[in-house]
Amino acid sequence: MRSPISIVLGKEIVDNFRDKRTLFSALVFGPLFGPLLFATLISVMLNQAIERMDESLELPVIGAEHAPNLIQFLAQQDIDAKPGPGSTEEARAWVTEGREDMVLVIPPGYATAVNEGNPGRLVLVVDQSNNRAGRTVSRVRGVLRGYSDKLASLRAAARGIHPFVFRPLTLDTEDVSTPTGRSVLILGMMTYFLLFSMLMGGMYLAIDTTAGERERNSLEPLLTLPVSRGQLLVGKLGATVFYMLVSLALTLTAFAIAIQFVPLERLGMTASLTPAVVVQGLLILAPFALLGAALMTVVASFTNSYKEAQSYLTVVLLVPTLPIIFASLLQVKTSLALMWIPSLSQHLLMTNLIKAEPVQWSYWAVASVSTLVLGGLTAWLAVWLYRRERILG
Amino acid sequence: MIKVAELVKRFGAVTALDGISFEARDARITGLLGPNGAGKSTCLRVLYTVLKPDQGSAHIGGHDIVEAPLAVRREIGVLPHSAGLYPHLTSRENIAYYGQLHGLELGPLQQRINELTKLLDLQDIIDRRSKGFSQGQRTKVALARALVHSPRHLLLDEPSNGLDVMATRSLRRLLGRLRDEGHCIIFSSHVMGEVASLCDDLVIIAAGRIALEGTPADLIAQASGSDLEALFIDAVTAATP
Repeated sequence: MRSPISIVLGKEIVDNFRDKRTLFSALVFGPLFGPLLFATLISVMLNQAIERMDESLELPVIGAEHAPNLIQFLAQQDIDAKPGPGSTEEARAWVTEGREDMVLVIPPGYATAVNEGNPGRLVLVVDQSNNRAGRTVSRVRGVLRGYSDKLASLRAAARGIHPFVFRPLTLDTEDVSTPTGRSVLILGMMTYFLLFSMLMGGMYLAIDTTAGERERNSLEPLLTLPVSRGQLLVGKLGATVFYMLVSLALTLTAFAIAIQFVPLERLGMTASLTPAVVVQGLLILAPFALLGAALMTVVASFTNSYKEAQSYLTVVLLVPTLPIIFASLLQVKTSLALMWIPSLSQHLLMTNLIKAEPVQWSYWAVASVSTLVLGGLTAWLAVWLYRRERILG
Repeated sequence: MIKVAELVKRFGAVTALDGISFEARDARITGLLGPNGAGKSTCLRVLYTVLKPDQGSAHIGGHDIVEAPLAVRREIGVLPHSAGLYPHLTSRENIAYYGQLHGLELGPLQQRINELTKLLDLQDIIDRRSKGFSQGQRTKVALARALVHSPRHLLLDEPSNGLDVMATRSLRRLLGRLRDEGHCIIFSSHVMGEVASLCDDLVIIAAGRIALEGTPADLIAQASGSDLEALFIDAVTAATP
């Protein structure tokens, strides 16, 4: 005779496989849209960043005839002046409308001021709220500042003062981040996508086992069978975990494929998502499934209807992000103490894995055991709630 | 054999069962009759162990409903007031799920389902998914599900709800047959006529108490002149505060 738990488990897996809603959220929505959205966003971001750094820039200039030396200097820095609009008002309109990122205005008095040794006034019309333009604007600013420094040095030299008088400091920044290390900033949000789609995969089952059964009036006859409520719920939790793991495996695989299309290598980054890494990722994240399933079941058992359960569970989907957000804000590093915190520990281990740093399997053991223990306790709470008479509504 | 002694069940300030005692014997159909909200469903829910009584006791087939709920559940087949099916499963799968949870082996289970299909006239819906079934079709499948393990005791909460005349008739025939085979059947209803023609014993509940009990013949004799319905209404009015 099969055990009641395996009978319930088998029935729930088949039943939910026939439910389009469950199937869609477990096997399509999370695994497909998550990686797709991720790859697209990252590609667009990277392409913008790359373009803006390397490309030569065309800068609309009004009054270029007043400052031929400046224009020449700009050209040496790969910034080519092109004729701008007719007036400053028009320049403002162009920038406001987004027709140009910025316009350089050289007033007629500029040449005279510079020749007489006074500050030459330049106006750069920009829109600070335009994020896209931020990088090019600061590049142009930097070049203009460079020109200003050059003029200062020349003036000082003309008066017999060593140019270094005006340069008490030189500052060089050394970037020590490794190529893979840099990609982690971007890939960090991947953990959240993975946890999210794992939870999505089990959400409808968690609802179905409590609020759904009650709403369909199938719970009451079920409870008259010679099976303990604990066994029923364990079978149902098992089915939820099963769908969550399938969803997780699909999502990880989809990420491994999607990441191939992200031009990370153009930034000198690499993301290691080989089949071996996918398997290790599964091992790292899988223990979270029990906790997630039990948590969603507990929340769903407080609700009175499918609709109500659905709206509460949408909030639960955000819970595992909280530790991850804190971790990103505080820039915490992987440490043994943090391995006790579910979702954060999985996030940190995943980050290590993606960075191609050696994953400490002793850390993994601590993270997995603590997550499983918490999951077990939450499952016990779910069983306890299921035993109450109020579960019948 | 079902023995009920002084059952009390409260929901907050509401006393749904206020000391109910009766016996339902084997090979008899016991009708639980009462107006809406009298406590019929609560009484059955306590008996089929989804609710726990606050006081009193009940035994089904010798097993205490509080002490040995699992043993009780093995003895009973239940049709709750609104019996939901799993819409994505076929009738056969719905019935088989319960059969498996009752511990039936696959071979005997399929055989039993085929028997029930004939008995309850389920041929055209047995392999259809139960999504979109009519109330009557659902009730028939739920009844088959309740009978799958050939339980000694049957607890039916308003089983004729939503059934048409034909189906009601075959339900009555089926219950008569099960009674003759020696089953102990409790059947709740608020329709006097239905109960009177089918049941061997009547228990009339009003406001959580037993208002009247006896065989239909006894009760008709008591009624002396007036009909059973008038007697029922009098008893209920007298019992309701």
